[in-house]
Amino acid sequence: MNYFALFNLTPSFEIDKAGLAATYQQLQKLTHPDKFATASERDKLIALQKNAQVNDGYQVLKTPLSRAEHMLELRGVELQHEQKTMQDGAFLMQQMEWREQLDDAQHADDPLSALESLDEDVAADIKRLLSELGALLEQSDDESNENAANLVRKLKFLFKLRHEIELKEDALSDF
Amino acid sequence: MAYSEKVIDHYENPRNVGGFDKNDPSIATGMVGAPACGDVMKLQLKIGATGIIEDAKFKTYGCGSAIASSSLVTEWVKGKSIDDAVKISNTDIAEELALPPVKIHCSILAEDAIKAAVEDYKKKHL
Repeated sequence: MNYFALFNLTPSFEIDKAGLAATYQQLQKLTHPDKFATASERDKLIALQKNAQVNDGYQVLKTPLSRAEHMLELRGVELQHEQKTMQDGAFLMQQMEWREQLDDAQHADDPLSALESLDEDVAADIKRLLSELGALLEQSDDESNENAANLVRKLKFLFKLRHEIELKEDALSDF
Repeated sequence: MAYSEKVIDHYENPRNVGGFDKNDPSIATGMVGAPACGDVMKLQLKIGATGIIEDAKFKTYGCGSAIASSSLVTEWVKGKSIDDAVKISNTDIAEELALPPVKIHCSILAEDAIKAAVEDYKKKHL
């Protein structure tokens, strides 16, 4: 399934978000089950499937990381997140340190500002990697694709970490 | 999802948590990560002159299965030669801990951590 084609877009990492949202609304309306209330069972089923594809496609395309993964899939690049372990020592060491900082933050004098400063560091790294990823995805040779896949793997660690920082922040603000 | 008793035991009482000085020549360090879930694992082995693993420590940021897998391998590798240690496979780990299919990648991570540590040791002792 090519979600870019479904949304009438050329596969690209940079997308027009407002345009994507507008197309989504349109396709949602066109395939909404309510419109097919009196249709045949077969047409109802087809509309339901299309509607599900539209929803899945929107989720995939609107988030930069899953959009990049989808582009690589369409190029036949196997990401194999389940099988492939990351072995980049320097990157993993940094991940370890950040996770230690996250653990230590709750014992800091001002836990919220400790978390905020950690979050800023992680966010800056995410921004840097996303822009590298965008540049790599403009190429489509094997080497660029492999490097892009590697960046996608790295970004997964960073987004997970950021999510954990948010959970900690929420827990602290719950007083 | 229900964890097996063995996973819960290792999770609640993890064995050999901590680390050694990675610059010590007898210490091998394996760092690995699982993109699927963002887990990060550090496994360190203290290796004697005859290539026997004398001690092992780990630090893992991840789910219960990842922590249990790394805790288990620190117990398994002690007393083994590095050549035997790299023969520990993810299926051995998954079987011992009764990991469900969605958690198999945690056992792959632990297997790869042993391999990465041994690789690090060989690089230090070329």
